[in-house]
Amino acid sequence: MTPRVVLFDYGSGNLRSAERALTHAGALVEVTSDYDTSLDAAGLVVPGVGAFAACMEGLRARRGPELIGRRLSGGRPVLGICVGHQVLFEHGVEHGVASSGCGEWPGRVEGLSASTLPHIGWNTVETPTGSRMFEGVENERFYFVHSYAVRRWELVTDGRTRAPLVSWSRHEHDPFVAAVENGPLWATQFHPEKSGAAGTKLLANWVQQL
Amino acid sequence: MTVAIRVIPCLDVDQGRVVKGVNFEGLRDVGDPVEMARRYDAEGADELTFLDVTASKELRAAVLDVVRRTAEQVFIPLTVGGGVRGAADVDTLLRAGADKAAINTGALERPEVIAEIAHRFGRQVLVLSVDARRAGDMASGFEVTTHGGSRSTGVDALDWARRGAELGAGEILLNAMDADGTQQGFDLELIAAVRSVVTVPVIASGGAGEAADFAPAVEAGADAVLAASVFHDGRLSVSAVKAALAEAGHPVR
Repeated sequence: MTPRVVLFDYGSGNLRSAERALTHAGALVEVTSDYDTSLDAAGLVVPGVGAFAACMEGLRARRGPELIGRRLSGGRPVLGICVGHQVLFEHGVEHGVASSGCGEWPGRVEGLSASTLPHIGWNTVETPTGSRMFEGVENERFYFVHSYAVRRWELVTDGRTRAPLVSWSRHEHDPFVAAVENGPLWATQFHPEKSGAAGTKLLANWVQQL
Repeated sequence: MTVAIRVIPCLDVDQGRVVKGVNFEGLRDVGDPVEMARRYDAEGADELTFLDVTASKELRAAVLDVVRRTAEQVFIPLTVGGGVRGAADVDTLLRAGADKAAINTGALERPEVIAEIAHRFGRQVLVLSVDARRAGDMASGFEVTTHGGSRSTGVDALDWARRGAELGAGEILLNAMDADGTQQGFDLELIAAVRSVVTVPVIASGGAGEAADFAPAVEAGADAVLAASVFHDGRLSVSAVKAALAEAGHPVR
């Protein structure tokens, strides 16, 4: 059966590409911000472009953080993309001002340190072994467009719980978190919906386990 | 682990068809934009740029339709420009399936629009397109032109690129009007000059004739290279350009 996926519509940006790419990856996609529909769907995709604080404001206005939390506590898959990945962390720092994120993971989203910014283009990703997200696309490049990122992974795991799989990328000399797989919560700093065949395969890897 | 040099085919769209002419004069039909977009995607294009050269407003619906149909099938970044005057235009383009908007004359007329768009959608959405040509009376030796290089603005091209980036443009699309359509190679001096005054990515455009022309543009400071006619004519393929870049030691996808 084709899994039903909600693409969470909480503001501006190009949702059309994500909608088409997810459909191509085998999902039945609905673009909505309706709370109950989003809670019930087999998968929830949280997109996001632009500023961290503005995205959080848009999410809060539609009870997004609560929705994400409720889904995760029930083990229901959520996929964050770009700023939708960033807002899953505890804080975002823009122009010296910190704002709160959803706090699903500890850590801080901050400006990259590089001579050319934004980081725009197709970059490589260092994927951990056993990744389901990158299965079949381990050595591909993905499309990034951002100036901010998580530069330190701060979650400490004690061995009793399974540690999340964290993938890394680097802009010039600055390493940052490119993707995370953590039980039902997956997130990518890059845009799989704009990453051609490799991106569609990654989305299909997510859709297939819904 | 370095970001790849982007190779970007540019499709000048007039009334729903792709056109191209030397220095924008004598436009001629070269094909169906959606078909061409699919072909370039299959060849490994890293991004596609559509520039709407249609003059009237009613016909602009045609480019939106092209973007919509392309975004259905091609999952790489799409930049669309032509007639962008404000945040509302950018919103319309994004809703049609564009990822980025290119602004040119609209920003020259009212520079604050750059900040308005960047504030609403983030700077990564906005590409400032600068049509520059050599002019002895400018401090930098380059001036900004409009109307396909035919009109002088009296604005120094380096000052404008710097100011545009400061106001919030996320990339500079640098069109060398002297080189455009000549197929004699990129304007390396212009690329190096702009690179030295901005920290945002620079997309070099104008003058590409053969595969060997691209690496020098990158060495002069370009983060991405854009061309139209050499791809449309079948004279060069995206993959041949990438092979030449890789041969010269530059990372490509």
